[in-house]
Amino acid sequence: MHNFSLNIKHIGLFALLGLPLLAMAETPEEKGLAIAIEADKRDTGWQDQTASLEMVLRNRHGQESKRNIRTKTLEVDGDGDKALSIFDSPRDIKGTAFLSYTHALVPDEQWLYLPALKRVKRISSNNKSGPFMGSEFSYEDLSSQEVEKYSYKYIRTEEIDGREAFVIERKPAYKYSGYTRLTTWMDTEMYQPLKIEFYDRKKALLKTLTYSGYQQYEGQFWRPASMSVVNHLTKKSTDLHWKDYRFKTGLTDRDFDRNSLKRAR
Amino acid sequence: MLTRTSLSVLSAALFCIPVFSDAGEWSGYVSGEFRAFANSPADPRQHDNNFSLSIQPEYYTDWDNGRQSFTVVPFVRWDENDNERSHADIRELTWLKAADTWELRAGIRKVFWGVTESQHLVDIINQTDLVEATDGEEKLGQPMINLALIRDWGTLDLFVLPGFRERTFPGEKGRLRFSPRIDTEQTIYESDDKEQHIDYAARWAHYLGDWDIGLSYFSGTSRDPRFGFGQDNKGQPVLIPIYDLIEQWGLDLQATLGDWLWKFEAINRSGQVDRSGQDKSYTALTAGFEYTFIGIADSNADLGVISEVLYDERGDDALTPFADDILLASRLTLNDEQSTEFLLGMIFDSDDAARLLTLESSRRFGDNWRITLEGQAFINIPNVNTELLVGVRRDSYLQLEIARYF
Repeated sequence: MHNFSLNIKHIGLFALLGLPLLAMAETPEEKGLAIAIEADKRDTGWQDQTASLEMVLRNRHGQESKRNIRTKTLEVDGDGDKALSIFDSPRDIKGTAFLSYTHALVPDEQWLYLPALKRVKRISSNNKSGPFMGSEFSYEDLSSQEVEKYSYKYIRTEEIDGREAFVIERKPAYKYSGYTRLTTWMDTEMYQPLKIEFYDRKKALLKTLTYSGYQQYEGQFWRPASMSVVNHLTKKSTDLHWKDYRFKTGLTDRDFDRNSLKRAR
Repeated sequence: MLTRTSLSVLSAALFCIPVFSDAGEWSGYVSGEFRAFANSPADPRQHDNNFSLSIQPEYYTDWDNGRQSFTVVPFVRWDENDNERSHADIRELTWLKAADTWELRAGIRKVFWGVTESQHLVDIINQTDLVEATDGEEKLGQPMINLALIRDWGTLDLFVLPGFRERTFPGEKGRLRFSPRIDTEQTIYESDDKEQHIDYAARWAHYLGDWDIGLSYFSGTSRDPRFGFGQDNKGQPVLIPIYDLIEQWGLDLQATLGDWLWKFEAINRSGQVDRSGQDKSYTALTAGFEYTFIGIADSNADLGVISEVLYDERGDDALTPFADDILLASRLTLNDEQSTEFLLGMIFDSDDAARLLTLESSRRFGDNWRITLEGQAFINIPNVNTELLVGVRRDSYLQLEIARYF
C-alpha cells in the first residue's frame, strides 16, 4: 500500500511538472511497477462482478473432468477483493461455497460451507499455492491481483500472437507463495496478461498460463473468455471458460458475510 | 419411524412442489451401503452383514431476486434387516427471507454449531438420527422459526423450536445398538407437554481477525436421553429413554493461526439427570488443535494432525462414553481431481484400555459418483453392563457406500 501511494504521488508530480513519464530515465524496476500500477488503475471501479465458469481438468492421458462454479466478487478499496465461489458440479459437492477476504501480504481470511453438514468452517489460508479443486490452478493464481503482491522488473516489449506485449518479471512478496518468479506478457493496449510463466520454488518452469478471447465490458474492463494452464512437470492441464460476466450488479458486504455462505446458491 | 406428522408434512411438501416447478431445481443422491461386521452378533436376534439403500432428493427455488427461497429435502432409507433403520424424515422444508439486517427462516431445518471434530457438545438444535450413523453426525430435521439479526457486532440467531424429535435407535435385529435394546414406545418426558414442548435457543456468533467465536443458550427438552430399565410387551428387558428439561450455555471458539487451528467448545448444562440419578449442573468441554503439513513430500497432498481432549465433569456418571478421553487423528487430503480424502482417528479412554478406532475415506468416480469407505473398531470394551458401549463390543465394522448424485 505504501509503495502504491508513493508512486501515485510521483506520477502526479511528474504530470504537474509537465514531464512525459517515459522520457524520464526510468529503471527497469520503476517501469515494471508503473505498468502494474497502470493495469491496476484501468481495472478499478467495477464495484462488483458476477460470472460463471466451467473448469475442464485434463490428465496426462487426456481424460477430462468438469467443474461448474459461479463467482461473485466485491471490489475493496485499498485491499484485496472479497470473493464468493459456489460449486454446482461435480454433483457430490454441489452447494459447497467458499468465501475469501483476500489480502496482498497477509494471509487471506477463508471460510468453507459444507452443505451436507450445514457447517461453516474457518479454514487455514496460509498456503495459497495449493491446487484449487484438484486443478492446475492454485488459489494464488485465481485470487485478486494487488500491486503490492509482487516486485516488478520490465524486461522488453515484444510481439506475441500478433499483439504487442510488455514482458515483465514479477517476484512474489508473499512469503508462502508457491512461486519464485513469474514472467508475464502484458498487452500494451488492454493492460491485461496474455501469458504467464510460473517458476516453482526450485526455480524450474512449472506452468504456463495463456489467456484468450478478451472482451471489453462497461466500456472499460477487459475480461478473458478462456484461461488455459499447462503443468510442464505433470503434463496435466486445466481450461477455464468464463461466461455471463456482469458488473455493478449492486452487491454489498452483506453478500459476502458468513451468513451469505449458508444461503449461497 | 414415519410418524403421522412427518407424513402429513411430506404430503404437504409434495403438494407445494408443482407450484414452483417451473423455476426450481432438483438435485440429490441415491446410495447403496454394505456393512460387514468382524464378529458374530452379541445377541442372536441381531443380523450379520447388512445391505441398505437410501435416497435424498432436494428441491430448491428462489424468487424476489434471490432474497426469498423455498427448499425441501426428504430422506428415505430402506434397511435389509432393521425395521427401525428403515425410516423416512423431512431433513428440510424451509422458507427463507433475507433482508439487509436480518434473515427469517420458517419450517424444518438442520442447524450446526461448533468447531471441534471428536464430538459436538455445543450443537444442540437438531436431534441425532442415530440409526443413520454411530458417530452422531446425522441429524433429524427440526421444526423452527429462526430470526437472525445481522449487525456490526455479529449475528444474533433467535430460535423458537416447536415440536421435539426423539432420537432414533436401532431395533432388536439391528447392530450397533445398546444392550438391552431401547424401547421408544415407552419414552418418558419430564415436560407434561411431552414432545409438544416448545424449546427456545439463541446464539451470537462473530469473528475478530483470526478468531471465530460463538456463544449460545438453549432452554427446553434435552436432545440427549438418559435411560431407565423396563420390560417390553413380550416381557423382555429394555431400556426406556427419558428426556429431561434442561438449560444449556455453550461457548465455541476457533483461532486460525497459520497452519494451526486451535479449537475449544464448552457447555454448562443444568436439569440433566446423570447415571447416578442426580440432577446436578455440570460442565463439559472439548479442546484441541489441527495442524496441517502442506504439500507433503513435494506432492499436492496435505496431512493434518488432530488432537482433542474430551472432558465431562460427571466422569463415570456421564451419559456419554467420552468423559475423560483423548482423540488422536490424522487427515490426508490428496487435493486431486477425485477429491480423495482419508481420516483415521482413535479415541483413548484415559481410565481403561477401551479404544474407539474410526476410519473415513472417500473418492469421486467420474463426475457423479462417490465411493466412501468407513469403519469403526471397538477395542477392549469391558463386557459389564455399566459400560455404555457394551452393546457394540462385537460390532466393529467396515462400510462401503456408493452414491450416485444428480
